[in-house]
Amino acid sequence: MEDKHFCCQGCKTVFEILNENDLCEYYSFDKNPGVSLRYVSDESFAYLDEAAIRKKIAEFDSDSFSRVRFYVPAIHCISCIWLLENLQRLQKGILKSEVNFSGKSVRIDFNPKEIAFSKVARLLTSLGYAPKINLKTEELPNSVGFNKSLVIKLAIAGVGFGHIMLLSFPEYLGLDGTDEYLQRIFSYINIALAIPVTFYSGREYFENAWKSFAQRQINIDVPIAVGLFALFFRSVYDILWNVGPGYLDSLAGLVFFLLIGRWFQSKTYENLAFDRDYKSYFPLAVQKLVDSEWKPILVYELSPEDMIRIRNNEIVPADSLLESEAAYLDYSFVTGESKPVRTVKGDWVYAGGRLIGQPIELVVKKRTSQSHLTSLWNEAAFQKPEEGKYKRIIDKAARAFTWVVLLIAVVTGVTWYFYDASRMWLVLTSVLMVACPCALALAAPFTYGNMVRIFGRHGFYLKNADVIERMASIDSIVFDKTGTITHGANTVKFVGLIDDYELAWVKILTAASTHPLSSLITKSIMSHSIVEIENFKERLGSRVEGYIKGAYIKVGSAEYTGGKDPVIDASRVFVSINGEPRGYFQIETSVRPQVGEVVSKLGKRVVALLSGDSNGESNRMKHIFQEYTKLLFNQSPHDKLGFVSSLQQSNSKVMMIGDGLNDSGALQQSDVGIAVTDNAGVFNPACDGILAGKQLGLLDKFLTLSKTSIVIVKIGFGISFFYNLIALSFAIGGFLTPLTAAILMPISSMSVVGFSTVAVMWVAKQTFKEAK
Amino acid sequence: MLIIILLISISLTIAIFFLVAFVWSMKSGQFDDTYGPSVRMLFEDKKKTKSPKP
Repeated sequence: MEDKHFCCQGCKTVFEILNENDLCEYYSFDKNPGVSLRYVSDESFAYLDEAAIRKKIAEFDSDSFSRVRFYVPAIHCISCIWLLENLQRLQKGILKSEVNFSGKSVRIDFNPKEIAFSKVARLLTSLGYAPKINLKTEELPNSVGFNKSLVIKLAIAGVGFGHIMLLSFPEYLGLDGTDEYLQRIFSYINIALAIPVTFYSGREYFENAWKSFAQRQINIDVPIAVGLFALFFRSVYDILWNVGPGYLDSLAGLVFFLLIGRWFQSKTYENLAFDRDYKSYFPLAVQKLVDSEWKPILVYELSPEDMIRIRNNEIVPADSLLESEAAYLDYSFVTGESKPVRTVKGDWVYAGGRLIGQPIELVVKKRTSQSHLTSLWNEAAFQKPEEGKYKRIIDKAARAFTWVVLLIAVVTGVTWYFYDASRMWLVLTSVLMVACPCALALAAPFTYGNMVRIFGRHGFYLKNADVIERMASIDSIVFDKTGTITHGANTVKFVGLIDDYELAWVKILTAASTHPLSSLITKSIMSHSIVEIENFKERLGSRVEGYIKGAYIKVGSAEYTGGKDPVIDASRVFVSINGEPRGYFQIETSVRPQVGEVVSKLGKRVVALLSGDSNGESNRMKHIFQEYTKLLFNQSPHDKLGFVSSLQQSNSKVMMIGDGLNDSGALQQSDVGIAVTDNAGVFNPACDGILAGKQLGLLDKFLTLSKTSIVIVKIGFGISFFYNLIALSFAIGGFLTPLTAAILMPISSMSVVGFSTVAVMWVAKQTFKEAK
Repeated sequence: MLIIILLISISLTIAIFFLVAFVWSMKSGQFDDTYGPSVRMLFEDKKKTKSPKP
């Protein structure tokens, strides 16, 4: 390749294509052309050729000419524009392509007779510009990157404001009586200018106020709408009845600055936005068939026609068709009905169903969205009662505050009426403007939202922002053992008599289970066999059984399989075939390296260790945990739940840390339930957070950070109140014009948002710096 | 003083004309992509250098 070096096969392919077509100029535009591989996926896009879908996404579609606009998030530099606009040279059939850089989209005209829809999408993907296609919303993400209507409103308000000021000059400078007719003409022109400014540019405030009245509530736009309304009609009255010149200059200026404030605010929010990006979602993985091998891939990389395999207790990630003979699915996450539904080959299986029984294979039919699964996670059934305490307080406070503001405004207005009636309207308006408690409502969502994002970046994925609030109040921590404290195995060996065939059967059985010990056994057995299991059953946390080739195999605890339990310091899993005990797997699990340190850091908060296994490893656990930690073995899922709720009855706020399999009841019962996992897979909506196994050592840091978040929110409240109090007292005294009030208001909101964001980032940086 | 009224009506007309022009340009999408066109003019259709065919 002309002694050139490439980082990956993808870049080499791109270079080959470019070189072939003499488009190497691509490499002279930027120092580092090419794109990050983040967005590259291997979707087939075959669904784009469906007539119905084509109709949906194409801007224009006929037999010989189609126009489509793809949203391509990977567009990032001048080389991208150049490459994407030369598509017609790379591919016959493409007529023209045009990039919208700000909107990160590309519009392609092509001849569908020569190149299929799906092929266009594949071409883009092969170049590293995978289009993002969302069939649900149909609309592309905001293609301009800013709010057009706000800009237009701003322009109209600006023009109106400027001219009203200009025409008010005679008033400012004082004209003598002979020119009174001029003044009246100017005033009438002012009214004409003020109408679009008030009722077009300021429309949103009236609409919001009206909506809140319709819902018999009151929101923070009400005082503003009242202020605008009062100023406008008072001015019109003054002018028409020749009482005075009115306050139209103030009114127009007010609208103008309110809109500027909005513009700045939206810019600030955009930059500090805490929208969960894909990084703060848990990277849910699923087994996909790639070249006759099962490989874990991320759920949002699934595409239609992919073959996936779901194991017992795993959740179906996307709407699919069943490929295996039959399956039982539990749709309780979706419908609340916990009775499993029997599904046979060729039937639909819906996202969110949980498999009960032996593994099944599915053909994905619809693309899935991670946000759908997250919304499942936030289903009402899994909500905890005290969720959103602060939110409720803020809502209440904001509402009460609005009434207080209106009351203060009325009292101030009446007082000024007797004191200096000519200034009453201006003072009234300033009071209404400045007292708006909008900053109050922003402190908590921005602080928690940013915290959730930072946690996500460190491998701790929270269900929602409210969890942080609850984490801050935790005083007791309960650990699960297998899969949480221990992980992986140093040695797995079979003690007893078993041949390779039978071992392979055992492997099939354990592979169907998601229990951590099962996966260890599966990994350790080398022999292979392709047989179907019949009558597969798994009781969570203790045993699996099934018929393989007529042999009835049970894997599980000693009592269950009828084996004898020798006393040694390791976990044991027993096997029986046709009721005859064959021996046991002796598994010496390895303790996660960070556990010792984090347990000692958490100190007295670590209340108990619950294990579903026998007490074979109790000696090792005693080394890790202090004597005040209770070590309980042979705990059924029910016992674990009972233990957590008894702790809660003694007024403890409990955090349960488990593997999310045999302790989901306890996770749900606890105040904060956290599932620790290593390579994703099992998705348990009962938990509040998912922690990547290798980050367990940071647990104490996460707890400290959530406490700090509460402090930050409180400081934010303080700042907001401080602003309102100071500004309000100035406004009541008549020292604040409505104009200044309109400028101050967004500044206060922005400073609260800025403070909480910067504080969260600084605190997080300090905390995690130590960790490294 | 009539001249002032005349001047004001002219100035208002011009201002409103420009406002309308701005709103139109905004709505017709002229501000949709403020970066693309600035670099697009730099691209040139390079003649094939390797195989100069007539």
